[in-house]
Parts: sequence; C-alpha cells; structure tokens
Amino acid sequence: MEKIIKAEHIVFRYPADTEENQKPAENPPILKDISLEIEKGSFTAILGHNGSGKSTFAKHINAILLPESGKMYVENLDTSDENLLFEIRQKAGMVFQNPDNQIVATVVEEDVAFAPENLGVPPAEIRQRVDDALKAVNMYEYKNHAPTQLSGGQKQRIAIAGVIAMQPDCIILDEPTAMLDPQGRQEVMQTIQKLNQEKGITIVLITHYMEEAALADRIVVIDDGKIILDDTPKKVFSQVEQMKALGLDVPQVTELAYELRKVGYPVSPEIITEEECMQALEALL
Amino acid sequence: MAILKTEGLTYTYSAGTPFEKTAVDHVDLCIEENKMIGVIGHTGSGKSTLMQHFNGLLKPTSGKMLLEGEDIWADKAKLRDVRFKVGLVFQYPEYQLFEETVAKDIAFGPKNMGLSEAEIQTRILETADMLGMDRELLERSPFALSGGQKRRAAIAGVMAMRPKVLILDEPCAGLDPKGRNLMLSQIRNYQKKTQSTVLLVSHSMEDVAEFTEKLLVMSKAKLFCYEDTYQVFRRAEELKQLGLRVPQIASVMQSLRKKGYDLPEDLYTVEAAKNAVLALLGKGAVQC
Ligand SMILES: Nc1ncnc2c1ncn2[C@@H]1O[C@H](COP(=O)(O)OP(=O)(O)O)[C@@H](O)[C@H]1O
Ligand SMILES: Nc1ncnc2c1ncn2[C@@H]1O[C@H](COP(=O)(O)OP(=O)(O)O)[C@@H](O)[C@H]1O
Ligand SMILES: [Mg+2]
Ligand SMILES: [Mg+2]
Repeated sequence: MEKIIKAEHIVFRYPADTEENQKPAENPPILKDISLEIEKGSFTAILGHNGSGKSTFAKHINAILLPESGKMYVENLDTSDENLLFEIRQKAGMVFQNPDNQIVATVVEEDVAFAPENLGVPPAEIRQRVDDALKAVNMYEYKNHAPTQLSGGQKQRIAIAGVIAMQPDCIILDEPTAMLDPQGRQEVMQTIQKLNQEKGITIVLITHYMEEAALADRIVVIDDGKIILDDTPKKVFSQVEQMKALGLDVPQVTELAYELRKVGYPVSPEIITEEECMQALEALL
Repeated sequence: MAILKTEGLTYTYSAGTPFEKTAVDHVDLCIEENKMIGVIGHTGSGKSTLMQHFNGLLKPTSGKMLLEGEDIWADKAKLRDVRFKVGLVFQYPEYQLFEETVAKDIAFGPKNMGLSEAEIQTRILETADMLGMDRELLERSPFALSGGQKRRAAIAGVMAMRPKVLILDEPCAGLDPKGRNLMLSQIRNYQKKTQSTVLLVSHSMEDVAEFTEKLLVMSKAKLFCYEDTYQVFRRAEELKQLGLRVPQIASVMQSLRKKGYDLPEDLYTVEAAKNAVLALLGKGAVQC
C-alpha cells in the first residue's frame, strides 16, 4: 500500500522563550524519535494523555512545526522544504478542537470558500468545490446560514467542509469532538467515516473518546513523546491494564468483558462494540 | 429543604427584536440541599442560561428565582450575597486566572466576602487539598501550571467561598480519561465534605452516570425532567430523541433485558452491570 505520511525518527523541542535561557537545547524534547507510516485511505486514531505530544506531532504533518532532527514526508514531499509548504497544506488539512476559532466568515458558504479563494482557485470551480464540500458533510441546505445560528456539531462540520474544499488527500482532526454534545459528536464521527469510506480520504483522528477510536482501522498510542502501542483497536483495547496505566481508558463494553474474564468467565478480550458485547453475554448467560 | 426553586422561570434574549429567543421556557424546579446533580441537554437547550439565573447573573423575563425560599430579586441589595451562596464556574475557567500566584487567585473570592486573613488561609489549604493540588503549587504563577492544574486553581477560587450551591459548566472539557476521572472524584469529595449542592453541566453521559445522583435534563428551552439518574437512563429512546444518549453499557444492558434476560432496569455503570451479570450467572457479586 502507498504511504501517505512518513515520519522518520522525528525529534522536536519547543524553543526556550525566556531571555536568560535562550539555548533551545535546554528545553526537553517533546517528540522523542517518532517513526510512523500511514497508509493512504486508512483511518488512524491517535491516543495519549494530555501533554503526551499528540498535537505537537499532528502539527508536524502539515508543516506548522518542523522536526529538529528526522524527516516528515507527506506524499513524499519533505515538510522542511519551504517551497512545498502550499502543496503540503493543500494535501493535508487540519481541523481543531474549537469550531468557533476556525470559522472566519459570516455566511457558511463564504467560510467554506475562504481557503480555495486564497489559493487562487477560479470562481466557477470554487462554486463547485464549496457545494461538493457542503454536501459531503451534509450541510448543503445551510449554505446561506450564519455560522452563529449553528450548533457545535454543525459548526465543526462546516470547519471540515472548509478543509475538504481544498481537496486534501488527508485530514488530521485534533480532538474535533471535545466541545460537542453527544449528537454533535455522532454527526462529526459519521462525517469522518463517510469521507474515509466514500471518498477515500485518509483520516488521522486525535481523541480522548475511546468509543471514537474504536471506529478506526488502527490506533497509535503516544506517551511522553514516544509511540508505545500501534495496532488494531481490538488489540490495543485488549491491553486494559496498560491503557489505564497510561491514563487512558477502554470502551465500557471492553471493560465489562475484562472484568468478567478476571473472575474466570471465558469472554473474549477483543470486544469493542455493543454488538460484540451482546453476543458474548448471550453466549455466557 | 429546597435550596433553589424556580417558578415558571422564563428568559427571552433580545425580546422585541427579530432575534428574539426564549432560551428558558416556564421552568419549575425544586433543587435539594446536599446533592450531586448532573445537567444535560443538547447544545442550545438552555443549560447555561438557566444556570446563570441560579446566581442572579440573569434576571428572569417572567417567573421567579428563589434561593433558600427567598426571591433573589426582591431586594437587589442582597444580590451580592446570592453570588457568594451560589458559585458559578464557567467553561474553560483557567482563562480567567489573573493574579501573580495561585494562592492569591484562590483568595480573591473569599477576600471579597470579607473573611479574615486566617480563615482565608485555612480555606486555601483545605480547598487545594480537596483538589489534590500540591501545596508548593500555591506560590507559583498560575500560568506556569499544566492545563489540568490551572483549571483546578480556577475551580478552587470558587470552592473556597464555600457556596451552598456550586455550578460547574463542563469542568472536564478537554481532559484525558484519567484527568476526567480524577477531577470528578475530587469534585464529588468536595460535595460530600461540604454537604453542598453541586450542579455539573456535562456532555458526557458516562461521567454523569458515574458521578451524579440526579439529572436535570433540558430540551429546547424546557425542563424535560429532573429525576434520579437511574430513572433518566431508563428512558433511552426519549433521550435519543433529545439528541442525547445513554452510556454504552446501559444500552447493552437494556438490549439484553428486551431479549428477556432478567436484569435490573438501572444498570448504567460497568461495575453495576458486572455485578448484575454475575448475579445472573449464579455467582453473586464479587467484592473488590
Ligand atoms: N507552544 C508551546 N511551547 C512550549 N511548550 C509547548 C507548546 N505547546 C505544547 N508544549 C508542551 O509540549 C508538550 C506536549 O504538548 P501537546 O503536543 O500539546 O500534547 P497533547 O496534544 O498530547 O496534549 C506539553 O508538555 C506541552 O506543555
Ligand atoms: N447572549 C445571547 N443572546 C442571544 N441568544 C442567546 C445568547 N446566549 C444564548 N442564546 C441562545 O439561547 C439558547 C440557549 O443557549 P444556552 O443557554 O447557551 O444553551 P446551552 O448552554 O444548553 O448550550 C440558544 O439558542 C442560544 O443561541
Ligand atoms: Mg492536544
Ligand atoms: Mg452552555
């Protein structure tokens, strides 16, 4: 399979910002030799406790941050090559936690058109891209609304549409559902899955919700700037004790299965969905 | 006795303009002392608007807001006291820290109340302990703290006033699973210790399932219900209609019940579900 993202031995530290302490080398590294390849068209979730380095890593993918040593490639484009910056940001778009900080225009469709306009895309094509993007996130009928009239989940889908209008191959979402209500979270997750499955867009999702991560093809766990687990959701969540020790969690159904297994019942450690849990319990009862 | 009571409480934003919006519509509530309460509802359902009535930040367009049986708007001179008795912590309160040390930030509210220096010091330490904040953090600048500790510093400032009612709007937003659990356990300990009423506005059904006794459910500006937590999670279908859900485990347990398994109706935490399944398997609850 083709690799869309290739991180090779990335080390990164934030520059020291105090005047007396100007030697950046004195700040501790935040990313400590991260190597990771992501397949085109895949859906990867990144987990890790607060401060583990997830956002710092994500910002390397679209060249907001550059490695101190090591390399980051997006479709074989080196992110440290300044001349490639536009191309890289067009291929890999980012969506952040707070929808209110990402929406710039006062009308939905203008907001979605903002980035392609800046890129100099011809007006007729912009029209087409905006319509397609809004349809892809199921927000087409809101194109003339003011973003302030929308719910959190709807705003976040507009932010995603803004990224899609750039026709990226990959979207990185950094805790996109953290501020949303249950329905908003579900809307955003359905949108992400649809873009992945129907449009083949590569998804990298950072989240604290284990049930969302369970929907991915692959989970990468970062701890203290290092990748410490990298496997399918079933395999990763079967490590219940390790996940808890890392300050993370597992889906409730996985935990129930684990608890029953602990007291001697033969329940699979690879239960991560409600249906799987139902089946296992029915077999047991 | 009721600590908070609303009678036909209604609030309309921008009344008389084309942007008129009734955000709270004829809400009648009677909230008890010494309770841990979750407040849930879709975005825009009116949670924040209602909460801002509880401490007199907003005045009802019509209807009444009573604290300890007294209409808080009957005598405006008393509003100051209302703000001390009902503490409100907004979302992302860490952005409101401004003093040069954490201790001074926590002391701000108690000082305004006119407490003695000795009492203020005691409260700073007690509150920091309840929130698991290292005492050496108290002399640091709030800006030097990690995100979770900053948030605690901001919450501690309101807790240190020992309000009879503490309202927290999404205190766990953005925290990782362990951080959420720790924060919520600490808030629950605070509630138990102070025997006050805590209202926890949350989008996490799992969190309110685990940490609250009652739920106040808002939907489209109306009070959908105010009931014991287990009663609310029995109404899975209705909650879905409101844009909410039940915790994953509650959903599994309800499906099993529907299939005829003899399980109690009020299973919405992993612990309770495990014990119920074990009971059904004839082993009884395992103590751990
Ligand atoms: N702009 C910055 N300057 C200095 N340190 C930072 C900056 N952004 C993040 N950090 C630090 O880098 C570490 C990793 O942060 P981050 O990548 O945001 O973690 P995560 O997204 O996993 O919560 C943390 O210790 C954080 O304090
Ligand atoms: N300052 C305001 N001016 C006008 N409308 C507002 C204002 N604040 C909130 N609203 C509207 O009132 C309704 C309820 O909002 P809010 O109480 O913030 O709900 P929640 O906290 O449940 O998300 C929403 O429709 C919202 O758009
Ligand atoms: Mg982050
Ligand atoms: Mg609100």
